[in-house]
Amino acid sequence: MNKKEKWDTIISPHHSLLSLNIKEIWQYRDLLRMFVKRDFVTYYKQTILGPLWFFIQPIFTTIIYVVVFSRIAKISTDGLPPVLFYLCGITIWNYFADCLNKTSTVFKDNQSIFGKVYFPRLITPMSIVISNLIKLSIQLLLFILILAYYVSVENLTFEIRVELLIVPLLILLIALLGLGLGMAITSLTTRYRDLFFLLQFGVQLLMYASPVIYPLSSIPEKHHWLLKINPLTGILEGFRFAFFGGVGFSYDTLIYSAIVTIIVFIIGTFIFNKTEKNFMDTV
Amino acid sequence: MDDTAIKIEQLSKQYRLGELGTGTISHDINRWWHKMIGKEDPYLKIGETNDRSTQGNSSYVWALKDINFEVKQGEVLGIIGKNGAGKSTLLKVLSKVTGPTKGSIKAQGRIASLLEVGTGFHPEMTGRENIFMNGTIMGMNRHEVKSKLDEIVEFAGVERYLDTPVKRYSSGMTVRLGFAIAAHLEPEILIVDEVLAVGDAEFQKKAIGKMQDVSKGEGRTVLFVSHNLSSIKMLCNKAILLENGQLTQSGTVDNVIQKYLSSNLESNHYRAKKETPLYVSEAYTKKVDGSASDQFSCTDQVSCYFKISSQMAFKGQCKLLIRIVSQSHTVLFSCETELIDGKTSYELTIPNNTLTKGEYHLDCIIYHPAVTQYDHIKDCCYFQIINNNESFSHLEGFDIGNVYNQHTWS
Repeated sequence: MNKKEKWDTIISPHHSLLSLNIKEIWQYRDLLRMFVKRDFVTYYKQTILGPLWFFIQPIFTTIIYVVVFSRIAKISTDGLPPVLFYLCGITIWNYFADCLNKTSTVFKDNQSIFGKVYFPRLITPMSIVISNLIKLSIQLLLFILILAYYVSVENLTFEIRVELLIVPLLILLIALLGLGLGMAITSLTTRYRDLFFLLQFGVQLLMYASPVIYPLSSIPEKHHWLLKINPLTGILEGFRFAFFGGVGFSYDTLIYSAIVTIIVFIIGTFIFNKTEKNFMDTV
Repeated sequence: MDDTAIKIEQLSKQYRLGELGTGTISHDINRWWHKMIGKEDPYLKIGETNDRSTQGNSSYVWALKDINFEVKQGEVLGIIGKNGAGKSTLLKVLSKVTGPTKGSIKAQGRIASLLEVGTGFHPEMTGRENIFMNGTIMGMNRHEVKSKLDEIVEFAGVERYLDTPVKRYSSGMTVRLGFAIAAHLEPEILIVDEVLAVGDAEFQKKAIGKMQDVSKGEGRTVLFVSHNLSSIKMLCNKAILLENGQLTQSGTVDNVIQKYLSSNLESNHYRAKKETPLYVSEAYTKKVDGSASDQFSCTDQVSCYFKISSQMAFKGQCKLLIRIVSQSHTVLFSCETELIDGKTSYELTIPNNTLTKGEYHLDCIIYHPAVTQYDHIKDCCYFQIINNNESFSHLEGFDIGNVYNQHTWS
């Protein structure tokens, strides 16, 4: 047997650029499962309302948005009932914001574990995206319930459309985008803490730069390009289009969003991988 | 057959001292630029050996420098060295928590490290959930944990609390549970930091027993770091000595411990200059005739000289406490005196025929009872008692304790 080939583990300072090591992540899949379970179980421990909190948050946000943006500011909702319009936007936006916010502090929040034991660090941001996915599905259920109410009681016309099939793809895209951005930010914050402060209000501002509380069609045509630079635009518009149809959406925007998302995700993974090795020395 | 479990070659780790701040980005850019034009990292050429006490010129130090060694399969290797010698850094690099700057480590088999027990315990989750959590963090899959669950629970002795959140556990219980999980890992290579320093005596015995089983019975390779030389002696068959990030000695446990202790004896004479109002500025041991020495025979008196520097009036309220500590870091006994205003020199005499053959050191504390502690020097004035006379010399090599006691026979 060749002597050089039989080492199972080699630790050295140099490694290839995109050594993702998917095999290793697969070996630790049970850890991923445990992290997801931990996030989910501990979320509502020692609360009275328990899992109901998953519903309360979007309901109240929707009520506030209806009052402020629809009634007071009178922003168009593209002919949809304001409740459905906002709930739809909030549900998918919150998923993105949660993924981004939580993954962007992965290194900071997990210092004590990362400093003591090795496992593929990528497991942690992945677990965040997955446990938030569970939350998203619960909230999507709420959305569908309310949609059903509008269809049956308020006589909203709604048809099951083929375009609904792109919803899983949209969710995948927005998850990858949040994950990619978050991983890049958490890696850079280990050295430069400035980014952390930027992110804190950045996410809030980003919501106003994305069509969450207003439809793209309410913006003058000549400014559309400005909004379309934001890869979230295609995804958010696509999400509403999948459910309700409409004219404002084009697949070009979505393809652009997909390309940007994949680039961001690859860059994010690359920076994350590069940082995970030595972040303990700088964090 | 080649049965090397771990091979470490030219391993080095560089750290940057001081604050990471404004200088960071310029260094990063400079480093990146050198990489782009294909030159070596400019900051790797500089850097000094890691000697804490001397002021260095460079803001880069080598926490580990050119470490080379091999560990054979089934060997229990002890890693010893003073604080800051690089022991923990070595363990961190070995357990992949942080990467090396240069060099490489090659290993055969799964490595599990125990730098801390109970890593990743979530206080809100129950004992059972945490066993799964911690076990999977350490690299087991859930079927492995499941099959070991009963053993772990029994070893930790927490059966009744299994479905109670860990935040309700006593600290001892948490540690026991953590160790129990770690002890039931089945890696080919186990890396252990001083986790045995916790828990009560009974549990420590159990833990050391388990470690011996792991290495002897199951033939696994163990790397063990401890300050406690007696547990190193008990567990390990080989050892390496680290000094200022460099490997200075390797070989059998006894030889390496010997070397470690003799290098300690060089640091018998303690000198310090501090900003604080009250501190020990000098301390050393000397013979009855007044000559400084760190070697005494059993029949010698050991005189310990202390010079106190004070910039305050303490009106007899402050005390100087000296603890005599054995090489296994057990405090044997303590002597205390009141400090007197204006007096700077104090001398403590340990009568002859008190300490048995062995290595000892002192621990000095200046404090105002129930108010504050002014100074605490740990591990100073290392000295050695050698057996020059007839008493007990026939028991050479047999543990007869550290202290002779006054007694009579009839």
